Amino acid sequence: MSLFSQAFAVARKDLAVELRTKESLNAAGSFAIVILVIFSFAFDSFSDEMKEYGGGLLWLVFAFAGALVFNRGFARELPNECLDTLLASPLSGAALVIGKAFANFTMLLVVELVSLVVFGIFYNVDWLGQAGWLGAVFALATWGVSILGAVFGALTVNLRLRELMLPVVIYPLMIPILIAAIELTNIVLTRRSISEDMQWVKVLVASDIGFTGLAWLLADTILVS
Amino acid sequence: MTQAIELNQVWKFYGDYAALRDCTLSVHEGSSCALLGRNGAGKTTLLRILGGLTHFQRGVVTLFGEKPRAENARRHSGFLGHGIGVYEDLSARENLHFFASITGNSSNVKALTDTWLERVGLSRVATMPVRQYSRGMRQRLALARTFIHSPRILLLDEPFTSLDDRAIAMLSELLTEARQRGATIVLSTHQLREALAIASHVALVENGRLRYTGERTQEMLDDPTLLYRLHTQLGVPE
Repeated sequence: MSLFSQAFAVARKDLAVELRTKESLNAAGSFAIVILVIFSFAFDSFSDEMKEYGGGLLWLVFAFAGALVFNRGFARELPNECLDTLLASPLSGAALVIGKAFANFTMLLVVELVSLVVFGIFYNVDWLGQAGWLGAVFALATWGVSILGAVFGALTVNLRLRELMLPVVIYPLMIPILIAAIELTNIVLTRRSISEDMQWVKVLVASDIGFTGLAWLLADTILVS
Repeated sequence: MTQAIELNQVWKFYGDYAALRDCTLSVHEGSSCALLGRNGAGKTTLLRILGGLTHFQRGVVTLFGEKPRAENARRHSGFLGHGIGVYEDLSARENLHFFASITGNSSNVKALTDTWLERVGLSRVATMPVRQYSRGMRQRLALARTFIHSPRILLLDEPFTSLDDRAIAMLSELLTEARQRGATIVLSTHQLREALAIASHVALVENGRLRYTGERTQEMLDDPTLLYRLHTQLGVPE
């Protein structure tokens, strides 16, 4: 069985569990909505400048909401010693981490979509015309943070303070992805052409490839104590 | 005779504490080895090393000539630890479908799932979430999960502990079948009678050392505590 088939099986299983429990989606989704609504009262959310800061606000929210999703990824494997069962099975470590990243990616995209709707309403930003470009930027950046979340979720899963440790460890590593995502989101929201700032696209693509490659190579080392 | 499992001078440390000390053990293909010993003797650590779940600091471990973490070694082994290793929020069907699909039998996953659900008597509740199952039903599901890919090596950590009668009968039947098809079994246990009835060989672990390894004899069956009395300094476990 190929690595991708195994990863797909892991992702499908995680998404099935999430659909039953909705623990990550409820927590991350409600967190994102609350923060966006609170900030809309704190700032003049209907000013034109908001489009300039919109990317920063959105990605800040996604980064924090993402930590809630990533924390559950490997923690879901702790009851009944499911992680040991997976590690002793023919499933490769890389397939496990990439499968988890894909599940993270899907859940975070759902949270992002809900957040965008709230953002559009509370900040008077019409992003529907730019949905294609926005989708592409979100997909590239979200994969980067999702694979980081999966790798470090695996690393911190057995720590007592994993809910605290995971964000502390991943946020510094997310910085290049977040900067690129914020810049590109601002470009799209202000209806400028992405071709003006292709270096940010390159940063996202390079981060995605680099972090996925690292996850692939280091998965077994990270998972086996 | 082919060696299915070989440990050569294996040491495992947790910090400064040596959980396994210079352990050397060979298990022939098709044989079944009962790991006996008191709590904390090192049986679980030894099984976790064989399952590729933990690193060791010194020595060599192979399963059919490959390292425990090698994909080929894991493809041929089935591990049942202290936890049942199934997902509470999924149904028995979804659990077995998942484990069948990651073990590589992608062509007949559905048929395999249905066969094992029937076999462990969970067909009628196959779509119920596992969290609604009784303890016995969970145990049977765990057995199906362990045996679903017909592993050539079975690593079982105290498999009889807290099983109900039906699950004990099912496990004994599955182990007998596994032996008949030539599978190699390593199981740790405190249930001396059940273990010795299945085992062709025994290994006695004490304080991280293998005190005795050899064939299971009729004397051991007649008096299961004999092994402890002869070979350990600590006496027979309670």
